[in-house]
Amino acid sequence: MLILTCPCCGVSAEETEFHCGGEAHLKRFGPDSSDSDFETYLFQRQNPRGVHFERWRHVNGCGKWFHAARCTQTLEIFGTYPAQTTEPPQALRDRIAEKRPGWTQESVS
Amino acid sequence: MKRYSAFAIAREALRHHSGWDRAWAAPAPKKRYDVIIVGAGGHGLATAYYLGKNHGITNVAVLEKGWLGGGNTGRNTTIIRSNYLQDSSSAIYEKARSLYETLSQDLNYNVMFSPRGVMMLAQTEHEKRGYLRTAHANALQGVETEFVGPDRVRQLCPIINIDGPRYPVLGALWQPRGGTARHDAVAWGYARACSAMGIDIIQQCEVTGVRSEGGKVTGVETSKGAIDCAKLGMVVAGHSGVLAEMAGFRLPIESVALQALVSEPIKPCMDVVVMANTVHGYMSQSDKGEMVIGGGADGYNNYTQRGSFHHIEETVRALVETFPMISRLKMLRQWGGIVDMTGDRSPILSRTPLDGCFINCGWGTGGFKAIPGSGWGFAELMATGASPLTAEFGLERFREGRFVDESVAAGVAH
Repeated sequence: MLILTCPCCGVSAEETEFHCGGEAHLKRFGPDSSDSDFETYLFQRQNPRGVHFERWRHVNGCGKWFHAARCTQTLEIFGTYPAQTTEPPQALRDRIAEKRPGWTQESVS
Repeated sequence: MKRYSAFAIAREALRHHSGWDRAWAAPAPKKRYDVIIVGAGGHGLATAYYLGKNHGITNVAVLEKGWLGGGNTGRNTTIIRSNYLQDSSSAIYEKARSLYETLSQDLNYNVMFSPRGVMMLAQTEHEKRGYLRTAHANALQGVETEFVGPDRVRQLCPIINIDGPRYPVLGALWQPRGGTARHDAVAWGYARACSAMGIDIIQQCEVTGVRSEGGKVTGVETSKGAIDCAKLGMVVAGHSGVLAEMAGFRLPIESVALQALVSEPIKPCMDVVVMANTVHGYMSQSDKGEMVIGGGADGYNNYTQRGSFHHIEETVRALVETFPMISRLKMLRQWGGIVDMTGDRSPILSRTPLDGCFINCGWGTGGFKAIPGSGWGFAELMATGASPLTAEFGLERFREGRFVDESVAAGVAH
């Protein structure tokens, strides 16, 4: 059972209070973009075995969306942060790099 | 390879069973193969088998990082059905189901196919209309299914609570020729038949890299050294994304854990497979008497072969409501498998951006039932460059918007 902390209301709760919304920081392409750009936005996913940045919603709580960094192999949660950003905060990235030596952040471009 | 038969059992009984051969060989890898298949699960072994049997290609290696059939082939709930809505899905699943009917004879290995019938309960008006539509579609596709009313449901499976308080049973989509098979035996049977044709099955050989030259695949790096090949087939289910990354492309896939559990063995009480998709649960009784239960997948990406506890609770709660008599059963074992979910919940059997490299993945929560059909079609695709069974399941469909949309058609349990 995951325990997540909502950065919007500050509540820590079990995963049943939240709903996962898939990979975070997807870049949406505009009206004149190519088919393959749109395919990337809609379907292509990092799906890493390791550190994953993802969107979560505090459905049975404040209702707000936020982001989380989680390991898909160990289910460890490295931290959560507000959704109003296009990349994870540096402090969180440093913490992950400390725990996972050799990890580089390719998923956010 | 000596054939298995009643006569062989009698012969071996007279000499203390000293004459049984190993079912398959354990060779060291050669330097080069015509075709390398990565992944010795059901789909990988079936592909190798039909490459040899249908296309005469036997210079083939099947590489497996763990042991044969140790992934999702050994982790599913063994249900076989083909009552799909879309034409292309029902074609490949019906091909698989029809091959299962004669698979034991074909492989000379008892896969214990039991066409006991699969019943998908309709518990809301919407679901009822959906299944009526599927029944009509199946009639046009030549798949034998029928929409039956609550009385027939009660007759086929007396332990169902027809008049449940929340979700009364309004009918069911009934496929009498669906059923179950012994999952490990499917892998073992294909492995034995492959080995007999001279195909090398190499276990504990992890692929660590894909080698290519000028956009064309030339071989793989493995934990047992580099092996060359002309064609490469990736058939690794949940870890497809990891392998695709080695080959330099991305997939429209997310991996999640899907779990199942079995109860303590009890006397025979149901002889059909029942799926209740509205309440998220399905159940059948194994030959040993255990109730085999499957439920929903985890809601987030993960590679842990466990699954979360609250999903078990959700599944069991739903099934207790549907089958009140199981409420005091103890559960014996629970396990999870990593399933590769695509955007439209249909599989990918396709060429890839790397020339000579093919991929068979994305079976999501419903791969076991498709093993023979998937192997048949994928072998044809790899050998000849095209197959009518796989034509609609190309990777390019996500760019072109030609989805085979079964996520609506199949509901949750797929």
